[in-house]
Amino acid sequence: MKVMILAFAAALVIAFLAPEILEQLGWSTAEQGSSATSVRLD
Amino acid sequence: MNMKLFGAAVFALATLLVNPTWAQETAEVDRSSTGGAQTLEDIMARQQQMKVDESFRSENLGNPDKAPAISEPLGTRGGVSDADTWRGIRYNDSDITTQARSPAADVLIQDGGMPWYKLREGPVLTYGGLALLGIIALLTVFYFVRGRIKIDGGPAGTTIERFKAIERFGHWLLAGSFIALGLTGLITLMGRSFLIPVMGPDAFATLAAGSKWLHNNVAWAFMLGLVMTFVMWVAHNIPNKLDWQWLKAGGGIFTKSHPPAKKFNAGQKIIFWTVMILGFSVSLSGLSLLFPFEMPMFAKTFGVMNSILGTDFPTVLAPHEEMQYANIWHSIVAFVMMVAIIAHIYIGSVGMEGAFDAMGNGQVDVEWARQHHDLWVAEVEAKQAKGEST
Repeated sequence: MKVMILAFAAALVIAFLAPEILEQLGWSTAEQGSSATSVRLD
Repeated sequence: MNMKLFGAAVFALATLLVNPTWAQETAEVDRSSTGGAQTLEDIMARQQQMKVDESFRSENLGNPDKAPAISEPLGTRGGVSDADTWRGIRYNDSDITTQARSPAADVLIQDGGMPWYKLREGPVLTYGGLALLGIIALLTVFYFVRGRIKIDGGPAGTTIERFKAIERFGHWLLAGSFIALGLTGLITLMGRSFLIPVMGPDAFATLAAGSKWLHNNVAWAFMLGLVMTFVMWVAHNIPNKLDWQWLKAGGGIFTKSHPPAKKFNAGQKIIFWTVMILGFSVSLSGLSLLFPFEMPMFAKTFGVMNSILGTDFPTVLAPHEEMQYANIWHSIVAFVMMVAIIAHIYIGSVGMEGAFDAMGNGQVDVEWARQHHDLWVAEVEAKQAKGEST
């Protein structure tokens, strides 16, 4: 049971770290980005 | 009686033959009253889900040859009216320049949105939900008919290591993230229909936002768990002759026998390959959804399918259509996986005495192991004996 709880905790840790790591790698996901960065004002 | 039936058949045939609707389907629609624009007849046909030939407007995008003189009202537009322009936008025949930098920003009108929405809110939600309720009902009936599968003669009291800690970690990483993904996916798909009426839109908005965050980010744990379990167990899940014997005996579920099996029996191998193949597919479509417009894959997949199967799937898709296909496919595959995993959870917990220990603490009762995985026990004991002798 300890391993099961450890794995569940690891899944949550990965979930929390994922956006930060993706940001570091320069990969934007669906939830990121704003109109300030996605609109080009000619 | 036969004469009555014959009479009814003749009447039905005659009705079909003389029915004016037959003639209407093949008749050309007269659009002279609208100057070539769509008529009420077109709108009604579309509402009745009939296929309407849209070429009368998709090919009617203005004709510069018939341009009015520069002094006339439409002269400066080169013979193109506002309606022509909008039709051009709708049928992707306009050169769009936009200040939005996001991908697919130059697609201003996309017709596929409503069919996608209807498919998602209709058949996908309905049949997917029914499949989940169906498997739960089936397992409940099975439990009351067959009862819990017990260890014949009771447990031996001694145990044998079934799965190492790293194997259990990989399994629970995959399982825990899958349950989180399943629940948050169902909230996303079904929340509008079932949760908003109960909890109201404000509370649901918070729940939906949280679900979306968890769904998007815990997906990485699922993919890691999928890779871990594949690497650790693929060698044990290669099908062999023994599996056919196991399947012919129905796994001994109904005959209360114990067909021979190694580390994984045929039933477990089916679950393994179901999870691996569907898990890979759901991950791909999930990545496509996670990075919108960056990973289009359906047009190419359809192209391959058409060349192999001779099908006629569309091979030119608008960016939004790619996303719509990815979303529908993601939902369908996820439902199939959920059905399989619910059955897996049943047999690994309440359905079979001693089964949960394999993933609980990794140690299973020797008698349980001999009854369900006799050849694996023999292999382990032979290895242990060899180790002791050396």
